[in-house]
Amino acid sequence: MTVKEMAAALQLRVLAGEEGLEKQIAGGYTSDLLSDVMGYADAGMVWITLQTHKNIIAIASLKELSAVVLVKGFEPDADTVALAIQEQITLLGTTEQAFEFSGRLYRLLYP
Amino acid sequence: MICAKADLHIHTFLSPCGNIGMTPLNIVAQAKAKGLQLIAVTDHNSTLQGPVVRQVCEREGIAVIYGAEITTREEVHCLAYVGSEEQRVELQHYLEKHLPHVPNNPDIFGYQLWVDEHEQVLGEAPYLLISAIDQGIEQVAAFVHSIEGLFVPAHIERSRNSLLSQLGFVPPGLPADALELSRYTNPVDFCSKNATLKKYRIIQSSDAHFPGDIGTAATSFLMEKTGFAGLKTALTSTHE
Repeated sequence: MTVKEMAAALQLRVLAGEEGLEKQIAGGYTSDLLSDVMGYADAGMVWITLQTHKNIIAIASLKELSAVVLVKGFEPDADTVALAIQEQITLLGTTEQAFEFSGRLYRLLYP
Repeated sequence: MICAKADLHIHTFLSPCGNIGMTPLNIVAQAKAKGLQLIAVTDHNSTLQGPVVRQVCEREGIAVIYGAEITTREEVHCLAYVGSEEQRVELQHYLEKHLPHVPNNPDIFGYQLWVDEHEQVLGEAPYLLISAIDQGIEQVAAFVHSIEGLFVPAHIERSRNSLLSQLGFVPPGLPADALELSRYTNPVDFCSKNATLKKYRIIQSSDAHFPGDIGTAATSFLMEKTGFAGLKTALTSTHE
């Protein structure tokens, strides 16, 4: 499944980095500790978080994640958007909280 | 120049996690017993115990700096130090404006009281002081600098509520005046393993929650005069 297909199926808002919409999704990872994501997320995963700091983009880029989903309607910081555009990391938004969104993505990926 | 031994991260009884023994008199007595010349009072998201500690310090001949340990929106603990009573009040207003109104439950988190020298209660902070304020780390740094304070991310190597645990690495361009290590880490080992942080000053303090913790870690600074201005000069002068 591509990031674009996921975004359409789960009604996500594209916040930045449309260039990455064709990337393939290899799973999901839900965490708000950036050190944890650095250590344990795998390439191709969609990262679900409430952190909006620009470091999320650097970590998504470093770990070659396929997209970052911000939950609860949180808006990214301005420098986070700028870095997402620069690093071509797709940043998406949902109004759901992490449990609900993770559940829906899990069902979509592993029906 | 004076070489001042400083412990710049001390909680009082006002912090919900601060031991009941962390009263102004006890803190100052312990600090003197441990040979410290300079201390900073850094309660979670509050400065309200600072003025009484300052009174006791002035009488007992030990220097003190006002401060707070601020929890940013990312749940990173950051120390803020300020120079004057006016700036302490500004910092206190900022914290009260940005702390969420979650009532404290003393049975779970502990009491949040500040006291006078005779340990009579002066007041109680109504909202849970260990909550995160609604400001991001860069916003907190900018505010602290706007009141001419010093901004120091706390215990950055710890696995909870630290710059590295919450944000993975030090954000490029973060205007930190120093980075603090906890008392559990050897600063020389840390610096050799983290060469990218060489451009920052590294300081170490105790993060005391119990009287016996005070002075278990400290940093010595060369200063003209022991106090905030001396610390600011020591931290912001050219670092090699």
